Amino acid sequence: MNLHRWAALAALAVLFMTASTSLPPLRSGDAPIRTRVEPYYIEHVVEQTATLNIVSAILADYRSFDTFGETTVVFAAGLAVYLLLGRREDEAQ
Amino acid sequence: MIQVYDSVIVRTVAKLLVPFIQVFGLYVVFHGAKSPGGGFQGGAILGASLILLRLTVGPSAAGNYLPGRSALRLGAGGVLVYAVIGLIPMLNGAAFLDYGSIPLPMLGAARHAVGIELVEVGVALAVSCIMVSIFDDLAPALRPAKMSQGKLT
Amino acid sequence: MQELLATRLEYWMTGALMLVGFYGMLGKHNLVKQFIGLNIMQTAIILLFISMSVREGGTVPIIEAGVPDAVYMSPLPHVLMLTAIVVMVGTAGVALALIIRIHSRFGTLEEDELIERSL
Repeated sequence: MNLHRWAALAALAVLFMTASTSLPPLRSGDAPIRTRVEPYYIEHVVEQTATLNIVSAILADYRSFDTFGETTVVFAAGLAVYLLLGRREDEAQ
Repeated sequence: MIQVYDSVIVRTVAKLLVPFIQVFGLYVVFHGAKSPGGGFQGGAILGASLILLRLTVGPSAAGNYLPGRSALRLGAGGVLVYAVIGLIPMLNGAAFLDYGSIPLPMLGAARHAVGIELVEVGVALAVSCIMVSIFDDLAPALRPAKMSQGKLT
Repeated sequence: MQELLATRLEYWMTGALMLVGFYGMLGKHNLVKQFIGLNIMQTAIILLFISMSVREGGTVPIIEAGVPDAVYMSPLPHVLMLTAIVVMVGTAGVALALIIRIHSRFGTLEEDELIERSL
């Protein structure tokens, strides 16, 4: 492939390797996500939502607006595929 | 053009398995509050069961639901269910998707649980029907025919 | 170096998978191969986020009623990646529909011929 595409790929590889050293180490106990964001969810999920599945509670209750937008994205994808491929089938009949 | 897979063994096994797959998919949707699962996972399982039927048995099989354009319309219905569940609290003056203000005779946390379950049903409907609709548009030879006097076309 | 490898091994492995996907998108001239590269890259990103949710000695993030102080793994990357997986499916559907239309219009799926014919 072209030289500038190889250069882009090499730049991406270097960027990823250097960026991965500044991300928090895996399985560590003191990343900001562990000390500030998660304990609130894990402590309060049963008393506020009466569900045991923390993932479902976050998805459908704490962050339900994002899930609403995401369901709209799914429908938009289905509509886009219909507009691309389904109209010719309708005209053919 | 894509064709039905021509093998007796595959057809028979698919016909035997699809009811169990659909029951398991419904179980995953409705037990999303207590076990791993939820709307997206169960909707994917339900959509995959219908795609399996279309691929192995063909468009004229019994139980091959969602004929014609009904998959796209039911997918829109799933988004509508989600929006309606979100708009009900606004009738009482609360915010959009605030499950604590749904007018039901129970405590606050149980109202949240009811809201989560209904929303997961809407998401599962949308995801499964849109998966089937995308597959039907990509492989139109396998689409079940419109019902001539049906209501969902 | 060994400590760096021990704590960041999953980042590098999923990064290598993502670079394989990028190579598929940049280096191949067929549209279907570029689409496969896109899919591989999206899967690598999902694996990266899920691998960040592991905690030592933790269990599945579903609250067990009997155990009061269990250590749970992080539920947040799972939530974000559910959305990412469904976006993957939607993107794949629209990409395949576009590929079908391009093929029926131009008769070819090679990038060079498409650029020549559309100019």
